[in-house]
Amino acid sequence: MTTDLTVDIEKMRRLSADIRIETIRMLAEAGFGHIGGSASIADVLGVLYGGVMQVDPANPGWEERDWLVLSKGHCGPALYAALALRGFFPMEWLKTVNKGGTRLPSHADRRRTPGVDMTTGSLGQGISAAIGIALGNKLKALPNYTYCIVGDGEINEGQVWEAAQTANSFCLDHFILFVDWNKKQLDGELDFVNPPLEMSGKFEAFGFQAQTVKGYDAGAIYAAILSAKACTDKPSVIILDTIKGLGVSFAEREAFNHYLNIDQEMAREGIEEIERRYAANTYPGGTLV
Amino acid sequence: MNDLIKILDHHPLGQEEMRFVYSSALVRAARENDRVVSVNCDLSSSTGTVPFTNEFPDRSFNVGIQEANGCGVAAGLSATGFIPFYHSFAVFSSRRICDQVFQSCAYAGLNVKIIGCDAGVSATYNGGTHMAFEDIGVLRSIPEITIVEPSDSAMMSALVPLIRDIYGVVYMRTPRKQVADIYPAGTAFELGKAALLREGSDVTLIASGMLVVEALGAADTLAKEGIQARVVDMFTIKPLDQACVLDCAQRTGAIVTAENHNIIGGLGSAVAELLSEECPVPLARVGVGDQFGEVGTQEYLMERFGLTAEQIVRKAKQVMARKKG
Repeated sequence: MTTDLTVDIEKMRRLSADIRIETIRMLAEAGFGHIGGSASIADVLGVLYGGVMQVDPANPGWEERDWLVLSKGHCGPALYAALALRGFFPMEWLKTVNKGGTRLPSHADRRRTPGVDMTTGSLGQGISAAIGIALGNKLKALPNYTYCIVGDGEINEGQVWEAAQTANSFCLDHFILFVDWNKKQLDGELDFVNPPLEMSGKFEAFGFQAQTVKGYDAGAIYAAILSAKACTDKPSVIILDTIKGLGVSFAEREAFNHYLNIDQEMAREGIEEIERRYAANTYPGGTLV
Repeated sequence: MNDLIKILDHHPLGQEEMRFVYSSALVRAARENDRVVSVNCDLSSSTGTVPFTNEFPDRSFNVGIQEANGCGVAAGLSATGFIPFYHSFAVFSSRRICDQVFQSCAYAGLNVKIIGCDAGVSATYNGGTHMAFEDIGVLRSIPEITIVEPSDSAMMSALVPLIRDIYGVVYMRTPRKQVADIYPAGTAFELGKAALLREGSDVTLIASGMLVVEALGAADTLAKEGIQARVVDMFTIKPLDQACVLDCAQRTGAIVTAENHNIIGGLGSAVAELLSEECPVPLARVGVGDQFGEVGTQEYLMERFGLTAEQIVRKAKQVMARKKG
C-alpha cells in the first residue's frame, strides 16, 4: 500500500507541475490572466484529478462521478489545464483561452467546457451550488463526493458562511471543501483588506471537520482527503496553507500577483524553473520542500 | 391567432387563498414527477409549501433565512437533475437574489423555478420593504428567463405543471390571498401565448395578475359608453406574446397596460418597447408610478396606487383620444 501511495502521490505532483506549465502557456498565449490564484490551486487540482476524483473524460456528465465546483471561478485556467491533461478536451483548446468564441472563458462555465461542473465567477455562489449538488447526490443515494474550492478572499462573502451552515444542517458528509489560503486577495494581504480571523476555528464552529495542511504538499492533501472521507457525520474543510503564485517564478516575485500581464519570455522562464525544481526535488517552491 | 378563451360570467373572490392553490398544484406536480423538489427560506407557511414538506419530507430543503444561499442550492440540485421550486417573498425572490438568479441559475443554464409570493400590493401589512413593485423589472433583463404571473386559481393550477415541464429558469410572481375567479376550473393555457378574454375594436386592455379582473370591469364600464375594449391576460410577461400585442395594436389602434408593478420595468415597459419599434400606437400604462409601497389593506393600496378599473377606463379614453383619424 505504501508503495502504491508513493506512486500515486508522485503522479499527482507531476500532474500539478503540468497544470502549472499549461496554465502559464495558456495565459502567455492570452497575454494576461489570473496567475496567482491559479498557481496556488495547482497542487490540490493535481491531487483531485491525479487519482482522487472518479471521473470519465469521455462522459463528463456521468451521473455517478465525483463533482468539483471551482467557486473561485476566476482560476478557471488552472482547471482547464487539469481537464485537458486528463483528456476532457484537446490540449489545443488551451491556446484559445479568453479569445473570442473560445470554450474556455476566464471564469468557469459549465455550458461551455466539458468537465466543468458549475458556472462560477461572482464569488460566494459556487459553494452554495456545491451544497445543492451534494444534496442532490445524497437524495439519489449515490456514494460520490462533491468537492469545492473557495478562495481565502472569497470567504469575505457572507454567502460562503450561509452555505457552510447549510452543509452542517443537512449533514453533508460527502461534501469536502478546500480553502485556498494563499494569504492574498486582489487588493493585497487578507489581513490588510479584511482579516478572516481564525479560519479553522470558524469552520469548526460551523460544524465542519477542519484540517489545515501544507497546500503545496500533495501527500498531505491526499492524506487529509482520506481523513475527510473517514469522517462520516459532518462536512469537511481542508485549509490549504499555501502562497499565491507559488511555483511560478515570475508570479512569486510580484507582491500584487492576482492578475498579471504575461509574455512569452516570462512563460519560458517560468516553465524552465518548474522543470528545474522538479528535477532538483524542490518543486513546487525552491525553499518550501 | 389568439382565440377567445371562455371566462366566467361573474368574478367572485376565489374560495381558496392563492398560496394554498399553489400548494396543491405543487404537490400534484411532485406526485407526477419525482424530480420536483422544494427549497424554502423560512417562509414555508407564507408561501404555502407545508403540505409539500409533509408529503415529501426528503424532497424539501429549508435553508432558513438564507435567500442567496437557497437560490444557489436550488441551482446545484438542478445540476444533478432535479427540478427545484424555490420559494420566498417576491422582494427576496428577485432583488435580493438577483445575482444568484443570474449566474447560478440562468447563466449556468440550469432548471430552477423561482416563486415570488406576496407580489405588489398583495404584501399589504408588510408594507414598503416587502412590496415588490420592481421584481419583474429586476429579473426581466436576464436572458433566457421566463416570467409568469397567474391571474386566478384556475390559471395557477394550470401554470405549475407547465413551468415544471419547460427546461430553464422561470420566475412566477403570485399574490398570497384570494383573488377573483376569472376562468372555469380546468382551463388550459399555453406559456408565451396570451389569453384573449374579450373582443373589442376601439382599444385593447393588456393586463396581468390582479389587474386582469380590473380590466374586465373597465371593459364593462366602457361598453356602457359605447366603447368596445379588447381584453388580454398577458400572464407570460417574458417572453412577451409579441404577435398578440402587435395584432391588438393593428386591430384597435390604442393600448392600455395594467399591472400590479411599477410602470418601469414590467408589463407596461415590455409592451412599450415592442410597440415603439414595431407598431407605434397610443399607449398608456396603468401601474405604480415609480413609487415605494406602504402598509394598508389591499383595497386601500389599489386605490392609493391607481390600480383600479376606474383608472383603466380613464386611461383608455385618453389613448383613444390620441388616436389619429
